[in-house]
Amino acid sequence: MNAKGKVFKYGANVDTDVIIPARYLNTSDPKELAKHCMEDIDATFVDRVRVGDIIVAGPNFGCGSSREHAPVAIKASGVSCVIAPSFARIFYRNAINMGLPIMESKEASERIGDGDEVEVNFTTGEIKDLSSGEVFTAKPFPEFIRKIIEADGLVGYIAEKAKS
Amino acid sequence: MSMTMTQKILAKHAGLDHVVPGQLIEAKLDLVLGNDVTTPPAIDVFEKTNATQVFDAAKVALVPDHFTPNKDIKSAEHCMKMRRFAKAFNIENYYEIGDPKMGVEHVVLPENGLIAPGDAIIGADSHTCTYGALGAFATGVGSTDLACAMATGQTWFRVPEAIKIVLSGSLQGHVTGKDLILHIIGMIGVDGALYQSMEFTGAGVATLSMADRLTICNMAIEAGGKNGIFPVDDKTIEYLKKYAPERYAAERYHVFAADEDAEYVRVIEIKLDEVQLQVAFPHLPENTKVLGEFERVDIDQVVIGSCTNGRLEDLRLAASIFKGHKVKKGIRCIVLPGSQRVWKEALREGLMEVFADAECVISAATCGPCLGGHMGILAKGERCVSTTNRNFVGRMGHPESEVYLSGVPVAVASAVLGYIGGPDELSK
Repeated sequence: MNAKGKVFKYGANVDTDVIIPARYLNTSDPKELAKHCMEDIDATFVDRVRVGDIIVAGPNFGCGSSREHAPVAIKASGVSCVIAPSFARIFYRNAINMGLPIMESKEASERIGDGDEVEVNFTTGEIKDLSSGEVFTAKPFPEFIRKIIEADGLVGYIAEKAKS
Repeated sequence: MSMTMTQKILAKHAGLDHVVPGQLIEAKLDLVLGNDVTTPPAIDVFEKTNATQVFDAAKVALVPDHFTPNKDIKSAEHCMKMRRFAKAFNIENYYEIGDPKMGVEHVVLPENGLIAPGDAIIGADSHTCTYGALGAFATGVGSTDLACAMATGQTWFRVPEAIKIVLSGSLQGHVTGKDLILHIIGMIGVDGALYQSMEFTGAGVATLSMADRLTICNMAIEAGGKNGIFPVDDKTIEYLKKYAPERYAAERYHVFAADEDAEYVRVIEIKLDEVQLQVAFPHLPENTKVLGEFERVDIDQVVIGSCTNGRLEDLRLAASIFKGHKVKKGIRCIVLPGSQRVWKEALREGLMEVFADAECVISAATCGPCLGGHMGILAKGERCVSTTNRNFVGRMGHPESEVYLSGVPVAVASAVLGYIGGPDELSK
C-alpha cells in the first residue's frame, strides 16, 4: 500500500477551521467540502491539487474542532497522505476512521520541501523524497489500521468484518 | 498500581482494576452527545452499521445549537434530519428550539442534570471536555465514533498520560477562570497537552466556582488535551444536588480521586493570586498577552457568550460591569445567553435590561458567531473581542478578520471603550 504525489507544504498548527471553514459545514457532502478544502490558508490549493498529492505540515496538524468534515474534505480533494510531526488527537482518530492515511515524522516534516515528489510506503513506514533523494522512516500502521484504511474507513472495515 | 483520576474512571468503565498510559481499552459510556453539525453525518454512518436502535435512548443527547435557529436551507435540512432521527429513536434529550432545556450543548447538558462525577462521556464536539469540571471523564470525537457509540454504548480509548496542574491561592480582582486557562495555554502552547489529561488539583481548586471550572475544562482542548478534570468537592456535590437531584438522591455517581503517587508527565504550579487579565491575540489561543502590556487595539465588535462563557454567572458579571455604561458608538456588542434557562433567569434578574440599556443586542441561545456560523460574522479587516474559545484564521468570518479572546470583564470593558481594555479603565 503506497502513496505517491506532489507535496503541498504548510506550517505548524494547521487548524480545522482553515482545513474546512465552518461556513461550509451546512453540508456533509465530500465533493462539496472538497471544493473549499484549505481555502482560508491556501486559496489556490483546490485548483492545484491532483489525485495522489501529499500534504506535509508542522506539528499539531488538525487542531481545533471535532469536525470529521476536515479529513473528509482532505481525502475528497484527492490527497493520499498527510505527514506531520504530530496530529491533534481528535483529527488523528477521525482521519483513521475516514480512511485518510496520516504519518508522524518530524524529520520528513522538516526536510521535505513544497512541490517535492514524495512516495510513502504505509507497510514499512518509509517516506522517500524523490526530488532530494532523502529517505525518512515513520512508524508504520499496525495491521488493523492498515485494514481500516484499505476498507476506506471504519465503517467499511466493520462491514467487511461482518461479511467474513 | 497508582493511577490518575482520569485513569481510574477509564479503568472502571473498561471493567479493569487498573490501566496504564498507552493502553488501548474499550469502555462503556454513560452519555453520548451530538449536535446539528456532527449528528447528520453520524446518522448516515449509524444506518450503515445496521443497528436497529440506539443503545439507550436516555443516554444519547442530540442538541441543535450550532446553526440554530436555522441559518439557511442547508442547515434547516440538517436539523430536520436530526429531529427525525431523535423522534424515530425516542431520544429524550433532544432539545427543540424554545424548549426550556434548549441551548448550547455544553451549557445545557450539566444544567439538565446529565453529567455526574465519575461518568465517561463522549461527544461529537471538541469542547465536550467541559464536563471534566464535575469530576467526569469527557472528550470530543468525530461523527463516526458518535455513530458507533450510539449503536453500541461503548468506544475505544488510548489511556492518556497526564499533566498535573497544582493551583494555590485565589484569583484576584476581575481575573476569572478564563484568564487562568488562557494563561495556562499561553504557557504550554496549543499542543502542550497533546493526547494528555489536564488534571487540576491543589488548595486553590476550592476557591474556583463551578462556572469557572466549566470554563477552564472547556478549553483543555485548546492546549491539545484529551480531557480536563477537577477533583470532586463540596461545590461539585452542591451543583449535582441542584441540577441532577435524582442522581444525587439515588447516589448514581462515583467520586474518584488521583492516587497520591500517581505518575504525571509534567507538574505545573500556579499561584492564582498572580494570574492577570489575559487576551489571546490572533490567530491562536496560545498567543496570550497580559492586559496593559500591548499597544492600543481598536475593535469593531464584542461577543459575550458561548459554551466557554455563556453561563448565568458570566452574564451577571457582564451586567455588573456594564451598569451605568454604554457600548461605544460604532461598536457592536452581541450577548448570547448559553441556554434558554440562562436567558430566562437573566430576564428575571434584570440583566437583560442592563444589556439593552447599554445598547447591546441580545440573541437567542446559539453557538452563532463563535464558529462563524451566523449572528455576528466579521467583515474583512474587522476586529472582535470575544469570550469564546478559538481565534483561528477566519473563525468568526472573513479570513482577514481578527478575534481576540478574553474573559467577560475585558470583553465588557472593551465594548465600552472601543478598544481592548479592562474594567479599571471605565469611569466610576
